[in-house]
Amino acid sequence: MVIVVTGAILGPVPPLSAQQNDLIRLEQLKKSISEETGRIQVINFWATWCAPCIKELPLFEALNSDRKDVRVRLVSLDMDLDPNPDKVRNFVSRKKLKSEVIILNEKDPNSWIDQIDEAWSGALPATLVINNKNGKRKFVNRQLKPGELEKLLSEVQ
Amino acid sequence: MKRVLLLVLSVFVFTAAAPLEGGYQIGDAVADFKLKNVDGRMVNLSDYKDAKGVIVIFDCNTCPYSRAYNKRIIALNEKYATQGYPVIAINPNDPGKSAGDSYDNNVAQAKDKGYKFAYLTDEAQEVTRAFGATNTPHVFIVQRNGQDFKLAYIGAIDDSARDESAIKNKYAEQAIDALLQGKAVTSTKTKAIGCTIKWKNA
Repeated sequence: MVIVVTGAILGPVPPLSAQQNDLIRLEQLKKSISEETGRIQVINFWATWCAPCIKELPLFEALNSDRKDVRVRLVSLDMDLDPNPDKVRNFVSRKKLKSEVIILNEKDPNSWIDQIDEAWSGALPATLVINNKNGKRKFVNRQLKPGELEKLLSEVQ
Repeated sequence: MKRVLLLVLSVFVFTAAAPLEGGYQIGDAVADFKLKNVDGRMVNLSDYKDAKGVIVIFDCNTCPYSRAYNKRIIALNEKYATQGYPVIAINPNDPGKSAGDSYDNNVAQAKDKGYKFAYLTDEAQEVTRAFGATNTPHVFIVQRNGQDFKLAYIGAIDDSARDESAIKNKYAEQAIDALLQGKAVTSTKTKAIGCTIKWKNA
């Protein structure tokens, strides 16, 4: 509705592509993490510079294509070090990532790391698995091995 | 008997593989350590008997955050070594996992960047584990009290990795300034995004 009205005033509004819609603030992220959508959420915190993150990306990609009952999101923290989001977008298209990628646009990590999970040291990678139906959550602050995601998923069932 | 042995074994494996959980807490006296410096000599924490304390920083040659903070770490030593708080940098990474973090690379890094502080290699990763360091760079400020070095601060150097001009809180400096003035450290624990420490396979 808002888009239609804006479009009427400012001319045609191009459809929002994933690339234009991928920057997210902490409050939006927190809200969407706590939303009950009927699917278990798997949220991986990563960055393009992080070698162990890139090594475990295929595990999330496989999960994303195999399990429709799970919502997989890859949250890039690249902007903490480099304010250019195109670096992430180029990486995503080069690697042909199919999972939903969002880029966290925040400063001062000390003010928000604990809001994601108090067990998070701030080191990457980190993975959060949440089932909002029963409130169960698991947080892992290291590179995952094959099979571990499935184990985490069964633990929050 | 077999079960007991299995239990003991699994505890051992878990301990060896576990990167952190625990480590020193604020107020703890840290154990003395002895690690090889880039000049080939062994350095003990207890060698710093004339210092007021030490800024221990787990740091490496390869992590982009370490690179972003390299000048700030050198500046910390320049500012505080003369006031009694020198830097001791310790590379915690397994060179098997991160080839650029070998002893030889540490030697080259210290020479290239003109380090005027100790840059130690924690080959066994035991000191890193004892401190509970998790990422690079990770700061632990200890205050000397007689023979003891007590942990007074754990965390980040400041609140803005990407842009020094946007720093609002220089956490590490605030902690040292408080210690130098005999005041309580306001923020004893902070967090920052960083590279995970590259642990050896158990």
